[in-house]
Amino acid sequence: MDLSLEISGISKSYGRYPALNNVSLQAHDKEFLALLGPSGSGKTTLLRVLAGLEKPDAGEVRFGGEDFLSVPVRQRQVGMVFQHYALFRHMTVAQNIAFGLTVRPRSERPSKSEIADRVADLLSLVQLDDMGKRYPAQLSGGQRQRVALARALAIEPKMLLLDEPFGALDAQVRRELRRWLRELHDRAGVTTVFVTHDQEEALDLADRVAIMRDGQLIQLGAPNEVYENPADPFVYDFLGAACRMPGKVEGGRLTVADWVTKAPKGAPEGPVEVFFRPDEVAFAPADGAGLGAEVKAVAQRGPDVRIECVIEGEVFELEAHGPTLPAGVAPGLSLRVKPMRPRVYPRTTVA
Amino acid sequence: MIDQAIFRPVVPAAAKRPRLWHWREPSILPGFPLGLGITLLYLSLIVVIPLAALAIRPWELGLSGFWRVLTDERVLRAFRLSFGLSILAALLNAPLGLLIAWSLTRYQFPGRRILDALVDLPFALPTAVAGIALTTIYAPNGPIGALAAKFGIKTAYSPLGIFIALVFIGLPFVVRAIQPVLQEVDREVEEAAQTLGASSFQKAFLVILPAIAPALLSGVSLAFARAVGEYGSVVFIAGNMPFKTEIAPLLIVIKLEQYDYAGAAAVGVGMLLISFAALIVFNAAQILLARKGRA
Repeated sequence: MDLSLEISGISKSYGRYPALNNVSLQAHDKEFLALLGPSGSGKTTLLRVLAGLEKPDAGEVRFGGEDFLSVPVRQRQVGMVFQHYALFRHMTVAQNIAFGLTVRPRSERPSKSEIADRVADLLSLVQLDDMGKRYPAQLSGGQRQRVALARALAIEPKMLLLDEPFGALDAQVRRELRRWLRELHDRAGVTTVFVTHDQEEALDLADRVAIMRDGQLIQLGAPNEVYENPADPFVYDFLGAACRMPGKVEGGRLTVADWVTKAPKGAPEGPVEVFFRPDEVAFAPADGAGLGAEVKAVAQRGPDVRIECVIEGEVFELEAHGPTLPAGVAPGLSLRVKPMRPRVYPRTTVA
Repeated sequence: MIDQAIFRPVVPAAAKRPRLWHWREPSILPGFPLGLGITLLYLSLIVVIPLAALAIRPWELGLSGFWRVLTDERVLRAFRLSFGLSILAALLNAPLGLLIAWSLTRYQFPGRRILDALVDLPFALPTAVAGIALTTIYAPNGPIGALAAKFGIKTAYSPLGIFIALVFIGLPFVVRAIQPVLQEVDREVEEAAQTLGASSFQKAFLVILPAIAPALLSGVSLAFARAVGEYGSVVFIAGNMPFKTEIAPLLIVIKLEQYDYAGAAAVGVGMLLISFAALIVFNAAQILLARKGRA
């Protein structure tokens, strides 16, 4: 696959507050890239730079080999979808979708019937076939966002930019639209950049995930890759629930409290932070190997069981899948908890 | 933003015929009887009863007498002058007020707040003071009046002078009606238009203007209504020549001074009817505009 989007050394600050600090990343043609990070991490600013709505202080953006920053917004042919839909409320759904075509100069504008055909195609693509004559105010949030997407697709964009498009929708609609968006992307075959602060959404949807914090790109990789190998404690923490404990690595042995095990590959020597996912633990009897723990409470949540344990005087909420939980785990029981895949980071890094 | 279709109550088929007048569904919020009572009482005392008194007065002339007063050449000329210039002034204030509101909301510049406060001055100034000030400037021996005279344009003591005064008093109505709405126009909507390839011109006319059109219309209708009734600032600059620069409100005062109360009331009723009709047209247009996209 050839590179289509190359971002190099982009910096942008608002007054003294740096929003983007020397960000570089590439995307392949037709790739679905997610920019993931907490609010204030600069992900939306980066998206706006791509759209041309924001001018970076330094750096370069090339798209299809062309210097993208020198192209004005209206000629970039990017389809932008905003969190709050940004529909034209005085226009019908069909007029909204047709907008990008009707504002073209007369010489490039498709004929009225061509526009009508295109609108009809897009309406059925976003599954709103009969809604063309309605006004945005008569639609639900999910429908509005689909109109916004159809409007962005109408100009046959070279790149699709989505700024937390599902942020204002409820969980159910979010999940539905997520799958649907992925299918749409695969069918349309457009390079897509998707901004979100929801790690589940990013991991579920994207070909690759770029994790950002404080205006910097922390890690870039396939969803599995970043989930399995988080670059630092921040990424580990951000991608899912995390338990953390202090430990020590000496001569290839990892010591956490009363548990000694083989240190993971590439673990740094000396004092470390040990991270593990609360659902990636094995339970063993009190005389086995693992972290000494006392069960405080057990709560069943559907197929999952939440086990509250005290380890080294601290309370941890562990999770187990019901059928795999050893029988007899009940409050008051002493047992051993063995993290199956502990991750080790030098203790000096503060997340 | 709420999807109103969901909340529309299901009406049984028999009750489907729309009624023109109906009591609003009783609300959980208390105070409906008291609220309506005070509204009716207040509107009666302040608006309806005085206007009714005005409407009764001319009938002592009889219908033909009433008609004779209204079709008098001098009265007709005054009507044409008053309403014609009021509409022109309101129409000029539409683009100018829009421009001023735009500058005040969209740009940050030193002195913006002072300019913003200046807009209200025509509201606050006693109209006679405004009239005298305008006359001083636009009279043939005033700074602008003299300049205009060199080009053979008569500003004060001509319909142009009246027009200037009416523009002056109408401006704040337009600016203040548009300003808050313009402030509310979503930045993202404009950005969406840009990314879709709209030029600045298309963005302004296809996206922003329709969004503020109802407010603009409301401002223009207020400016028009105010201009029709304006007396103080106009009488000084108008010159008040019968058939030429005599406005309808002045004609009423003249009739009153001649103890022709019924005639004055007849002119007043005529103005009232025309104004009322104009405001209904304005309101209807506004409702039509506002209904679009909010249905």
